[in-house]
Amino acid sequence: MATLIIPTPLRKYTDNTAQFETGAITVDAAIEELTDSFPGIKPHILDNNGKLRSFIKIFVGEDDIRGLDGGDTLLQDATIVSIVPAIAGGNI
Amino acid sequence: MAIFIHPEAEATMREHAQSDFPNECVGFVYGEDTPEGRVIHEARPIINAKEGDQRRRFEVSPIDYMKAEQYALKNNQTLLGVYHSHPQHPAIPSEHDLLQALPFFSYIILSVMNGKTDHVRSWILNDNGAFTEENIHTTT
Repeated sequence: MATLIIPTPLRKYTDNTAQFETGAITVDAAIEELTDSFPGIKPHILDNNGKLRSFIKIFVGEDDIRGLDGGDTLLQDATIVSIVPAIAGGNI
Repeated sequence: MAIFIHPEAEATMREHAQSDFPNECVGFVYGEDTPEGRVIHEARPIINAKEGDQRRRFEVSPIDYMKAEQYALKNNQTLLGVYHSHPQHPAIPSEHDLLQALPFFSYIILSVMNGKTDHVRSWILNDNGAFTEENIHTTT
């Protein structure tokens, strides 16, 4: 089983679940399983075309999936998948 | 809404804000969300990943965010928010802060005037997408 780590700002859409276990073998399948289980999180991760929103990144282990096989990246047993929102700001 | 900050966490943020002056500093805060309010047990500095003028902007690298969530889980804490400094500006969220803000997170802002940390204030998005101030209390 792989584990998805849900960022705290999105946990209100997952009944406060922090870690989501999945038997999916690709990143896309894991995200689909997550959004099927918690439909409220879907619009905060995916756009209307089912693509990752621009301010969300997915990491498998310590690697951004954009540098791997994207949504087709394979998940091994005990893989950690992180959903990462963009954080920025400034004084003006 | 109240936010209780451990003195060591506040000291970490204040020192970081001063050491990175005149640039903006950034870091994460960890603790627990209780019915009585948030309790910040720990502040952990990270590197401002913004390319370009760091006197006006901060950015968190995705790797640092990923590690922050993992650190929180490993230590039975909750990642409760982000702190950053406003060099030569008040501890009030800018329009840019608002555009980038996420729900749930506390945004602790430290005003640094002439190299010395001045006011510290905390803000959180309300249901209307505007910032509401959290009342900071220092814990013992």
